[in-house]
Amino acid sequence: MNKTFNGYRRADGRVGIRNHVLVLPTSICASDTTERIANAVEGCVSFHNQNGCSQVPADQQMTMDAMAGFAANPNIASVLAVSLGCEGCQNDLVVDAIRQRTDKPVETLVIQQVGGSINAVDEGIRIARRLAETAAAEQRVPCDISELILGTNCGGSDTTSGLGSNPLIGEVSDWLVAQGGTSVLCETSEFFGAEQILARRAVTPEVGQEILRIVKDYEDYVHLFGAEMRQGNPSPGNIAGGLTTLEEKSLGCIHKGGHSPINAVYPYAGQLKAHEGLVIMDTPGNDPTSVSGLVAGGCQLVVFSTGQGTPTGNAMAPVWRLTANRVTARTMADNIDFDASAAIYGPQTMVELRDAMIDELIEVCNGQLTCAEAIGYTETALPHLCNYM
Amino acid sequence: MRNAVLIDDADNVVVAIEPISAGSPVAYVDREGKSFELVAADDIPLYHKAARCPIAKGESVVKYGEYIGVATQDIASGAHVHTHNCMSTDGLRAAEEVDHE
Repeated sequence: MNKTFNGYRRADGRVGIRNHVLVLPTSICASDTTERIANAVEGCVSFHNQNGCSQVPADQQMTMDAMAGFAANPNIASVLAVSLGCEGCQNDLVVDAIRQRTDKPVETLVIQQVGGSINAVDEGIRIARRLAETAAAEQRVPCDISELILGTNCGGSDTTSGLGSNPLIGEVSDWLVAQGGTSVLCETSEFFGAEQILARRAVTPEVGQEILRIVKDYEDYVHLFGAEMRQGNPSPGNIAGGLTTLEEKSLGCIHKGGHSPINAVYPYAGQLKAHEGLVIMDTPGNDPTSVSGLVAGGCQLVVFSTGQGTPTGNAMAPVWRLTANRVTARTMADNIDFDASAAIYGPQTMVELRDAMIDELIEVCNGQLTCAEAIGYTETALPHLCNYM
Repeated sequence: MRNAVLIDDADNVVVAIEPISAGSPVAYVDREGKSFELVAADDIPLYHKAARCPIAKGESVVKYGEYIGVATQDIASGAHVHTHNCMSTDGLRAAEEVDHE
């Protein structure tokens, strides 16, 4: 029998592991307002949206996709979408984009229509409080582990990441795929040198071509700014540290995806599906930006490996952090949820560690707070391709 | 006590987790915990690779269960595997061509 967790089954059929009201700023000009509203009402979350205005069409679309995805994430019970009024990401456009993904409750507030910031905060608190009261009535129910869409990410990496924590994530990813769940590999900038290996694991030639395309597009993009992904990689420091080839360096990162076949490639913030096995999302390497793409895609939970220890969380989904660096596990204990150093030094086997990690993740699904949640670290960042206009 | 890591059971290299001197044992376990041991043919620096078995010139060097490079010379069991005897080729296809020679 499959493992289960206690989650929130939403009216749209998806399953969440948190029960937040999202006070969504549709642009940077609404972000201080949403922060005040969310801070005033228990059960609400928000974030600083740097985007939402003065963007070229491709960037505005990506911001719209991300906002719609945050709202649709099943960890979110309901949404209050707050706009200034004159921004590019107009309130009604954002609501339309949300409606294409979910029919959950969405309320709106436009600051310029209610008479400025103080009135907007006042009105927003009243709306958010109503939404939070309704959300609080939601009950956790047993859900099959196959409902989980698990994001995998790494940052602040060191040798122990490729040696211990990423292979352990790969074990968990393969296990979840075998249970009928979805696991998401991301960080396109880490695929360089191993893209042919990933493409070979694609279920169809078309998916393989998509993998090669997102890597080439990334490379072409950084070339616009005179940057180079492959040259000088692995670095002299990498080589001195024992890495021989770029394939080896990249595999240390992408082994978070284990050995499962790759079933699909999604754009940044694209709507993921439950029960789809291993898939790829095209995200940048920057940690909070990459995690935000996963969460906008519908990941309820993100596992994050680190070597040196990083703190970032996310407003809408728990980010659960492990390290196989036994020094970091001690010195950065405030930020580390799981000491995976036994993946390198023993005495446990990988199979035993995998099972221990799964049990921990199920507790997080059941409501146990991650380090980032417990200390209120919710940095949520969005990418942009072009400079602001 | 293990002093090396086998990342994937399909790998033909292991990674030293402490400096290992030539002639010393290289001890590691597989995924299920079964112990293996071989003798280091060279000094293996910390986090560098040792061949788990003989790897013939032209064969793939396998880590993470995947190709990471091709052997540019015959590599003895327990030998240090690095840039002097393993190289990336320009994409997997070229490596497979080398394999099939």
